Amino acid sequence: MTTTTAKPVPAARKGGGAQQKLLAFASLIVLVIGFSLASPNFFQVANIMAILQATSVNGVLAVGVTLIIITGGIDLSIGTLMTFCSVMAGVVLTWWGMPLVLGVAAAIATGALCGLISGTFVARMKIPPFIATLGMMLMLKGLSLIVTGTKPIYFNSTPGFTTIAQGSLIGAVIPEFPVPNGVLILFLVAGAAAWVLSRTVLGRYTFALGSNEEAVRLSGVNTAAWKMAIYALSGAICGIAGVLIASRINSAQPALGLGYELEAIAAVVIGGTSLAGGRGTILGTLIGALIMSVLTNGLRVLSVAPEWQTVVTGAIIIVAVYADQLRRGRAA
Amino acid sequence: MSELVRMEGIDMRFPGVHALKAVNFDLRKAEVHALMGENGAGKSTLMKVLSGVYQPGAGRILIDGTEVTVPGPRAAQDLGIGIIHQELALMKDLTVAQNIFIGREPRKSFGRLDEARLNAAAAALFASMNVTMDPRAPVEGLTIARQQMVEIAKALSHRSRVLVMDEPTAALNDAEIAELFRIIRQLRSEGVGIVYISHKMDEIKRIADRVTVMRDGAWVGTVEAADTPIARIIAMMVGRELTDETVQIPDLSVAETALEVRHLGRGRAVRDVSFSLKKGEILGFAGLMGAGRTELARLIFGADPRDGGEIIVHGQHRQISSPEQAVRAGIGYLSEDRKQFGLALGMDVRANIALASLPRYSDMLGRIDEGKLGEIARDYIARLAIRTPSDAQEVRLLSGGNQQKVVIAKWLLRDCDILIFDEPTRGIDVGAKAEIHRLLESLAADGKAIIVISSELPEVLRLSHRIAVMCEGRLTGFLPGGASQEEIMALATKRDSMGEGEAA
Ligand SMILES: Nc1ncnc2c1ncn2[C@@H]1O[C@H](COP(=O)(O)OP(=O)(O)OP(=O)(O)O)[C@@H](O)[C@H]1O
Ligand SMILES: [Mg+2]
Repeated sequence: MTTTTAKPVPAARKGGGAQQKLLAFASLIVLVIGFSLASPNFFQVANIMAILQATSVNGVLAVGVTLIIITGGIDLSIGTLMTFCSVMAGVVLTWWGMPLVLGVAAAIATGALCGLISGTFVARMKIPPFIATLGMMLMLKGLSLIVTGTKPIYFNSTPGFTTIAQGSLIGAVIPEFPVPNGVLILFLVAGAAAWVLSRTVLGRYTFALGSNEEAVRLSGVNTAAWKMAIYALSGAICGIAGVLIASRINSAQPALGLGYELEAIAAVVIGGTSLAGGRGTILGTLIGALIMSVLTNGLRVLSVAPEWQTVVTGAIIIVAVYADQLRRGRAA
Repeated sequence: MSELVRMEGIDMRFPGVHALKAVNFDLRKAEVHALMGENGAGKSTLMKVLSGVYQPGAGRILIDGTEVTVPGPRAAQDLGIGIIHQELALMKDLTVAQNIFIGREPRKSFGRLDEARLNAAAAALFASMNVTMDPRAPVEGLTIARQQMVEIAKALSHRSRVLVMDEPTAALNDAEIAELFRIIRQLRSEGVGIVYISHKMDEIKRIADRVTVMRDGAWVGTVEAADTPIARIIAMMVGRELTDETVQIPDLSVAETALEVRHLGRGRAVRDVSFSLKKGEILGFAGLMGAGRTELARLIFGADPRDGGEIIVHGQHRQISSPEQAVRAGIGYLSEDRKQFGLALGMDVRANIALASLPRYSDMLGRIDEGKLGEIARDYIARLAIRTPSDAQEVRLLSGGNQQKVVIAKWLLRDCDILIFDEPTRGIDVGAKAEIHRLLESLAADGKAIIVISSELPEVLRLSHRIAVMCEGRLTGFLPGGASQEEIMALATKRDSMGEGEAA
């Protein structure tokens, strides 16, 4: 008998993926409730908005690097690339006095171009992603300092620049709910990335590359080109992060950036994306980024020393990945 | 005869799959017990239960008449149960001896490894098997057959009294199979009970004492191998009688040439190969392991760089230096190693079927038409009888043979005019094999040009309209369809290339 049993059954992975996000989401809720009970200052509109605002930059970076991590790669240059993009926005806006749109476009284009370069190193020159992007990280850090002469560029001459992240379109409509634009942008970027991952050819190849790159190549797919496209897209997203951070501090700070890549990667990992590639979700990453900023904020509200915040974040990464391992062990 | 293992009423479910339905199985001392059944029948799963990889939902396991639990692979080893899985699981960068004794390395003082004792112990094992093998050789460089010897030695090093072999001969050539059988017979004479899983029907008569057949997760019957005709076993497996079919050679005298290959070469693996292939033709490639057939296929497909030569598709010279260009020229390649080269194991059936055709099912924004793809995937699942709970099942959870069908579906969907099938039915059961053979024939009848590479001569003979034989990287000759096995073997061992004039 060779007939098929075509009963539509919920696929194992869908169940597993949902479970994993549920776990991360539940931890987030537990944290929020815990901090709310511990301190009356925590669950206030202003504080929640501060948490969201603090998530925006790390969140956007984490969304970008999620794409690369799903392909089985890694990008260590996202932090310094973000800074380099904000510097380029400063060059176009403050030094050359061009209109706002062009400044934003310059940041995003710079990001895409640098991502494309990283992608070329990885996909065409076959340099391992860790090394290639380590090199990019240092080059971009140096370039930011060279271009600016190590001095920050301020955006005082560009009206409206700070409202990109700090203004509130939603607050203008619903005053009780002043969600900063930076947060809005984070959710838009995340939504777009999730859409690309689940609905488009690029997204499908992102997962396929992480799952078995050689099989994809032998399916007649130009794997190098697609990989470069993914790095470029992730770079463009870093450009958006660059605009956000510059807008929040109203300046491009060339010395900033190092360390952001690790925070972003931590958020991705907490969100359940596997560093081995092949699986991961944007929603998970978003929750991971939120967990990190809730933790930082909550501990600060409870007047815990910043040093301890770092320790706790480190521990959370271990716990999150271990929980995921346990879940997977049971499923297998 | 004393009973070694008894499994009673073993029941096992995976999400959406009732993989084992109250299965009974027993194994005696000093016997080779063949476990047969179609792809997805549950053979591997039953043996994974015995070796502690899975815990059954119900049922009991008795060893030497006492009930035991096998909570994990380690416990199975302690009970004397060794298993060689369908997918070999050796650490490629370690040496043979290091692989065998992984986790049990002999130590010297201060925890230093005693490499000398390690190698000596491994050498002793191989000596007892009457196999020559260098314990210091890295596993990476070994052929599949040699790796299998290492797996067997590893199982024996645990003093296994029960040895399970899951499709050990799937990737072996005839000489290697003979060597494996010699070792199996030797182990049997030493009292080891062997469970032998295979899809190759001729092997039952050669090696098995008893045969148990499973179908759809259920036990169908256990019979004596010596007095049961093969046809009867096949009928038990597929639930109906299969008729023997032979090749029908079509008249291709007026057919256009689809593919022409001239003076293709790559190092010593492929040397100056020229041939042509017509629309509607099935050209079989026969040869011993290492004859260069897969290497030739990979050159035509642009998967490896070639030293020289021309590829002409439908009369036009094509620059093929990547699989992407090959696919664009209408050439599809079904790799012999589906795990490594054919499938994205972590992705679902639908995504794998679509992997080579995504641009066709997406719009200008790159949006994928999931509804359409789902429909197509379900159609192929039905047409190829792929056993899966749904098109959203991850491919790694399918049985070996069903994974192979997913790869075939991928290339059928891509709709290439020239299809190269490298070992298309490796690890595929008899029923599905007949279906795939008929499928290839109907593809040829539709005007596709097909190359079939197979190490099983009966398969080459069953399918080929014309047979090309290779030896040591050279094409040693062509034979008409329906040639005899002797003629093929003569060419397969002929070490000098055929003359220019003979090239078809
Ligand atoms: N981990 C798993 N999760 C879900 N389903 C599984 C899992 N392992 C096996 N299955 C399913 O259980 C059934 C039996 O699979 P099994 O691998 O035992 O088949 P098999 O008889 O060894 O087939 P083959 O000859 O193709 O190797 C199949 O339908 C398979 O898809
Ligand atoms: Mg199996």
